[in-house]
Amino acid sequence: MDAINWHSMFFLLFAGLACSFALAVVCTSNVVRMAFFLILSLAATAGLFFLAGADFVGAMQLVLYVGGTLVLLVFGVMLTAQSPFVSIRTSGGDWVLAAMVGGSLLAILVPSALVIGERANQAPGQAVAPTIKSASAGPAAETPSDALPAPPVESRPTATRIGQALLGVRVDKLTEQDETVRNGLSGYLLPFEIASIHLLVVLVGAAFLARAKRRAKSKFSDA
Amino acid sequence: MAEFINTKLLFFLGLEADSVVGLVIVALIAAALILNVIAVGALIFIWMERKIAGRIQDRLGPTRVGGQFGWLQTLADGIKLIAKEDLMPAAADGLLFRLAPYIAFCASFGSFIALPFATGWVGLELNVAVFFVTAVLGLEVFGVILAGYASASKWSLFGAMREAAQVISYEVPLGLCIVIPVMIAGTMDLTKIGNEQAGWFTNWYMFHDPFTFITSIVYFTCAMASVNRAPFDLAEAESELVAGFHTEYSGLRWSYFFMAEYGSMFLVSGLGAILFCGGWNGPIPIVSIVSGGQHAMHLEGWPFFIANLLGLANFIFKAALGVTLMMWARWSLPRLRIDQVITTCWKYCTPIVGVMFVGVLFWQGLQLPSPHDLGLGRGKVEAGSVREGWLREAEAAASEVPAELQVRDRATEEKTDEDIDLPRSALLVDESRVE
Repeated sequence: MDAINWHSMFFLLFAGLACSFALAVVCTSNVVRMAFFLILSLAATAGLFFLAGADFVGAMQLVLYVGGTLVLLVFGVMLTAQSPFVSIRTSGGDWVLAAMVGGSLLAILVPSALVIGERANQAPGQAVAPTIKSASAGPAAETPSDALPAPPVESRPTATRIGQALLGVRVDKLTEQDETVRNGLSGYLLPFEIASIHLLVVLVGAAFLARAKRRAKSKFSDA
Repeated sequence: MAEFINTKLLFFLGLEADSVVGLVIVALIAAALILNVIAVGALIFIWMERKIAGRIQDRLGPTRVGGQFGWLQTLADGIKLIAKEDLMPAAADGLLFRLAPYIAFCASFGSFIALPFATGWVGLELNVAVFFVTAVLGLEVFGVILAGYASASKWSLFGAMREAAQVISYEVPLGLCIVIPVMIAGTMDLTKIGNEQAGWFTNWYMFHDPFTFITSIVYFTCAMASVNRAPFDLAEAESELVAGFHTEYSGLRWSYFFMAEYGSMFLVSGLGAILFCGGWNGPIPIVSIVSGGQHAMHLEGWPFFIANLLGLANFIFKAALGVTLMMWARWSLPRLRIDQVITTCWKYCTPIVGVMFVGVLFWQGLQLPSPHDLGLGRGKVEAGSVREGWLREAEAAASEVPAELQVRDRATEEKTDEDIDLPRSALLVDESRVE
């Protein structure tokens, strides 16, 4: 009874939830229900992030995707709907196309997921930075050393590292032994700046497009 | 508290911390405690709401159920709600209609997980607690919109659409308001933000500088909008939309919405108390005075427990005060129109907070004095002892790695500090460590 690996169990639980809600999105015809299942699926994915100790990314997933889907649902579906409960009927051709695209993505993802497992098996300890204590909680710590290192169950300050990496310092790689690898790890300052400028341009452009178009004598034109 | 439940309690029960039974017991205790905050809170706040509404409208409010002051009025209401028939419109989307109240309630409940009630007394100590709380609380809106949509009633749908318009209006200024204390504290950990403000009330972020004072008022306005309270209760608007999004709900499902609303009221008030009013650190540092200048978080054993208990009472009092203020606003102000809500949030709150943000930025950057620096507040905890916990963790971790790595680690850490231009306090910590 005590030999249950809680990390794996919760991982399977959340992964199963995410997959089954994703299937429900595909199989439902009601648009609002689809959006509802999509949000549940994304929330389950956020649960996976929390489980991996990446609390910042998990909360970000909730804010961005769940909030984004909400806005999409309200303004994309509800405001453009012609009838009370919108439903989509998928034609046979759409199913075939969707199955081809989805199937090919799955065919890429599944082997790569399996490869990652092998890599972690080959070099235990390489995947985990030397400053990180392996979680002593959980029976996984008692497994033999050739197995996977104990997964980090407790949350660790990932937000700090992400923030510093965006500012140009990869704190997690500072203890990297290999000099050649260390030189290439200068953080993500340039991509961050490019994304920021891009977003600013988009904001200004949106404000420009949506501005009140003033015409001469607009005060009287409506009357 | 978490540590107490997780280790000591299980030790008393003779269980190991890793055992299945132990984990389940710990989880159940934590969940039951949080659930009781919402349930008992709703019980008391609904009674308070009736009494306050009565007094403001020159009435008495409930006077009969359970004694002179109607103490048990909420309990009677609860029994009535349980006994009511659970109705669902024939045209409604059954699945979504049934699930919507639970989503609203779970969002409110879920965000309590990361809300600390005193030093260390928190369901889950998260490094990004502020962010987590706001992220999960935002999901409550989803329940409201689903309820409005799934009811297949035009009043409900109107309420849901208004709620959607309101959400995208208040979320931006609310987020900006929360960023300001986070920026001053240098951490998103609510426990650390609260302990940063230990000592006299002059250490509260509310009184940090004039900009934060205005920010705290804007925060309270946006928080009221975020929990759908009058004057921002457009989604309900009982004089226009029957009852808005919950028109078609009755009985226990309806009461879930209200539990969620009162839970969220307590939550945003508590969050505001931590961010701006010192959280569990009182206006007068009684514990610090009694124990000879030592802050509660540095105590151990029973003194720590008693100090934390005082802090807990302090925090709950502050949060309840916030809820009372919301009630006062609800029964004093008329409801805004939807365009007025959007104007308030976008055209007033957002620019004001933006200016305050820049103002605080300059205040911090130019190191202008706060009341504490002018000698008005004594007993402030040394900044480095609270925040930048990750520096200490890195230090602790560095002492564990092998010697040749450790030297490199020290060197690289110093380099890091120079590179990213940390706040003063972090450098203070760093200097002390070098010595």
